[in-house]
Amino acid sequence: MTPPEGNGLEARVVVQRGGTQPFTVDLTLHAEPGQLVAVLGPNGAGKSTLLRAIAGLTPLRAGRIRLGDRVLDDPDAGIWVPPERRAMGVVFQDYRLFTTMTVRDNVAFAAAARGHRRTAARAAAQEWLERFDLAGLAERRPPQLSGGQAQRVALVRALASRPALLLLDEPLAALDATMRGTTRGELARLVSGFEGPTLLVTHDPLDALLLADRVLVIEGGVVTQDADPATIARRPATAYIAGLSGLNHYRGRVDRASGTVRLDGGGVLTPSVLPPTSVVLLAVPPTAITVHLQAPGPGSARNVWPGRIGDIQQLHDRIRLQIEGTPRALVDITPAALLHLGLRRGDPIWCSAKASEIEAYAELAPPAPAGPFGAVAGRAPGSSASFRS
Amino acid sequence: MVLSQALSTARRRSVARARRGRAPWQLRVPATVAAIFLILPLLALVIRAPWRALPSLLGDPLVGEALRLSLLCATTAAGLSALFGIPLAWLLARSNGSVATVIRALVTIPLVLPPVVGGVALLSAFGRRGLLGRPVDELFGIALPFTPLGVIVAETFVAMPFLVLTVEGAFRTLDDGYAEAAATLGAGPWFAFRRVVVPLLAPALMAGTVLAWARALGEFGATITFAGNSPGRTQTMPLAVYLAMERDPDAAVALSLILLLVSIVVLVALRGRWLTGLGGR
Repeated sequence: MTPPEGNGLEARVVVQRGGTQPFTVDLTLHAEPGQLVAVLGPNGAGKSTLLRAIAGLTPLRAGRIRLGDRVLDDPDAGIWVPPERRAMGVVFQDYRLFTTMTVRDNVAFAAAARGHRRTAARAAAQEWLERFDLAGLAERRPPQLSGGQAQRVALVRALASRPALLLLDEPLAALDATMRGTTRGELARLVSGFEGPTLLVTHDPLDALLLADRVLVIEGGVVTQDADPATIARRPATAYIAGLSGLNHYRGRVDRASGTVRLDGGGVLTPSVLPPTSVVLLAVPPTAITVHLQAPGPGSARNVWPGRIGDIQQLHDRIRLQIEGTPRALVDITPAALLHLGLRRGDPIWCSAKASEIEAYAELAPPAPAGPFGAVAGRAPGSSASFRS
Repeated sequence: MVLSQALSTARRRSVARARRGRAPWQLRVPATVAAIFLILPLLALVIRAPWRALPSLLGDPLVGEALRLSLLCATTAAGLSALFGIPLAWLLARSNGSVATVIRALVTIPLVLPPVVGGVALLSAFGRRGLLGRPVDELFGIALPFTPLGVIVAETFVAMPFLVLTVEGAFRTLDDGYAEAAATLGAGPWFAFRRVVVPLLAPALMAGTVLAWARALGEFGATITFAGNSPGRTQTMPLAVYLAMERDPDAAVALSLILLLVSIVVLVALRGRWLTGLGGR
């Protein structure tokens, strides 16, 4: 029943999280060699707990972590490999460069820890630094580095430890907005040469969508979606995920006779294609909905409903209207359209949307953990994440 | 741009000065008294020193012997305190159980204990008829009391708690993140401790050791009780000063001057580390 890939990471992580609001984190994930899996979720969802458990900094309460043919943590079998013997390359959010050493000695640290001679370790570190164009910083100390430089040194230090798995904890979070764009590209280039699986923990959907081969979304300690970035962006499984890409998100029951979907929160929408399940999720981009001052006459749009304008918000180059109605909706229009129509808060309007603009897809069954690899073991061999959508 | 920056810096400074200048006299008067009280005796020591007789007094072989013994024993005691006290401080810093609390309280008792009582306690443990001293004496013929080794034991007993307290505080403030990062890079706990934790805390470890050294150098009560006062063997500088006081007050002043000088030299030599270690947080 175990998946065919033997070299990747297979984990079911169950950890009781303490703090002010204790809750149980129960996550199942897998990552294949060469794959970059983004772990995306709101603050406090359990992302860092997952990373710490895999790195061996927090022991599991239940579940199992296997990397290749090595079991790293399995409380039931009494197995726990300490972090220093796991070969995990971790880039921490705050980098944690050793301030008492030069950049070169930071990069040489892993080799020194494995008992290599100091001169050999330094020579190897120098090679790593040259390979990543950081040789000029070799003699500096971490406090003398810029944020972007520190981030790259931390990454090289992790790679120089020759890890079997790379764990990146919000590697871009400490950088300012202008730095993030360039460093994100840089990060993708540096990590692309890494042959093992990479986990990228982030709360920034852009990181996940631009860098990842697959995205694992975590909310409240459980996985709510595990799919490729395109699917995450097009067919979000939860309202939170829909919010990341700014989609309208509905859940409803299919009425086969009329080909419509009766929404849970009231209202009826008609997509052009319906999945075979009885409960479906619908995603509608805010740009796909048109507002009218009067009820539109017969036309190509099969979805027409009345509403009232709520909040009016200025986005970067668009205006976002919050429409109160059945269903409620976010609608994006241009500033010119706003002025032309003279729209104000409280105005009655009509919405319309083409059926082809409404993405309808099956709701995922909530994951039912069973055995050490729970949902993973239950998935058909060879199935990819996108298969599920 | 540069000018406005300079102006705002100047303004900040004058504001700071104004704020400092507004210290109420209720604080300034006792502060002045305290400063004078602490400085005056040292000043008096320097002023009253028999400068002309100094060379001959210092040439006394007994003085040289006492100074040599003092420095040797205090340095050894500080070294032993660091060697055993730093690991103890590390363990105490990482444990929060009730056992740790009790041990922490017990090992800091020598800090507040009158040193003479400490000497008596040491005799009860390591004296010829002591708890541990008797079997050791009978088996190996080794006795600590009234030997230079006894001086070191007495000084270590009194000095180590200072180091443990200082260093434990430093270990507690250290972010676990560095040790975790070291672990993910393949460093076992011992390697991480030596190569990451110790360098990061070097200033605090230094400060704790210097504090222990200073305490050991001035140790009197436990030393005289446990190790006696035999010139050339167990008579350290403080003992020599005390004895000299009865025979020849001038000599006592001269000897005190030496101790003061040694203390100042050490303090100045280690000033940078000392200050960053104690005030760096």
